[in-house]
Amino acid sequence: MVNYIWVGMTLIGIVYAMFNGTMEQVNEAVFKSAKEAVTLCIGLMSILVFWLGIMKVAEDSKLLEKVSLITKPVVKRLFPEVPSSHPAMGYIVSNIMANMFGLGNAATPLGIKAMEQLKKLNGNKTSASRSMITFLAINTSSITLIPTTVIAIRMNYHASSPTDIVFPTLIATFISAIGGILIDRYFYYRRKRKGRE
Amino acid sequence: MQYLNVISLWMIPVLIGFILLYATYKKVPAYESFVEGGKEGIGMAFSIIPFLVGMLVAISIFRASGALDAFVNWVKPVFDMIGVPSEILPLAIIRPISGNAALGMTSDLISVYGPDSFIGRLAATIQGSTDTTFYVLTVYFGAVGIKRMGDALKVGLLADLVGITAAIIVVVYFFGY
Repeated sequence: MVNYIWVGMTLIGIVYAMFNGTMEQVNEAVFKSAKEAVTLCIGLMSILVFWLGIMKVAEDSKLLEKVSLITKPVVKRLFPEVPSSHPAMGYIVSNIMANMFGLGNAATPLGIKAMEQLKKLNGNKTSASRSMITFLAINTSSITLIPTTVIAIRMNYHASSPTDIVFPTLIATFISAIGGILIDRYFYYRRKRKGRE
Repeated sequence: MQYLNVISLWMIPVLIGFILLYATYKKVPAYESFVEGGKEGIGMAFSIIPFLVGMLVAISIFRASGALDAFVNWVKPVFDMIGVPSEILPLAIIRPISGNAALGMTSDLISVYGPDSFIGRLAATIQGSTDTTFYVLTVYFGAVGIKRMGDALKVGLLADLVGITAAIIVVVYFFGY
């Protein structure tokens, strides 16, 4: 599906530009965004190196294991294929917590580590496993307790109470997380019915 | 508001301090562990590059050509019919695709309609309650070399739809239309 979307977006864009005289912008976009992507990755490197280092310390001191033990009852149910003492569990839990507290740049390295462990669990295959899809479903709905960026923007524009959207946002994000989990389950059982899992 | 700022300022340093303190207490060679773990980050950042370049170029071609705007205009009548304000539509469509673009649109909507308007609040809630699905999938799958995403994209995008719908309903409920 990604292949189709990727080719689709590119082709539609190019063909649309042919008929609407936006070829110049498309040309510029190609090189600008390629550069932007590399810059983004380099920027990500500093964050990855730092947080993966810190998290390695947490792992070696068994702190990560402790954290995953506390939240085991809930998370175990979400990821039935992951053994509860597996390091993947610790990373999944820490990633969700980092997201909750709005530590976006700490959450990404943790999420990648979790994916790495999930891949190992899946026999190092290059296709997504059930647990990976569940993990990403939770991740893309980003359960944030305090949406700091949005609050900052609202402050900038002198909202009467910049934080009054916090509670509504929390409800919306919980609904989308639960929705994501249910949708994920639906697709899982559909794959199972078709004998693909 | 003041205490929220303090919490978010303190959180990361306190977390780092706690992890290091705990490691020292457990007699783990903290610095050596840090360096060892950090090394992995270098390879990871490099391995994400092709995935992200591919995705961002495709998205920006789609945007720069004007096809995205055309698409938004094309589906607008449907959204008008079910009562979704059309001002918010571009944001709802962009949100899962491009984080930077969505952030730009959110600030734009807030500045044009005012932070305490219905549109302004709705934009803020949508921005805060969902994440950039394409980016998350690209980075997470890219870093560990997963090429076949399975149902992940479908699940992610449907979850975004649920999130945005929830945001609209919640904002209407809390602040009125």
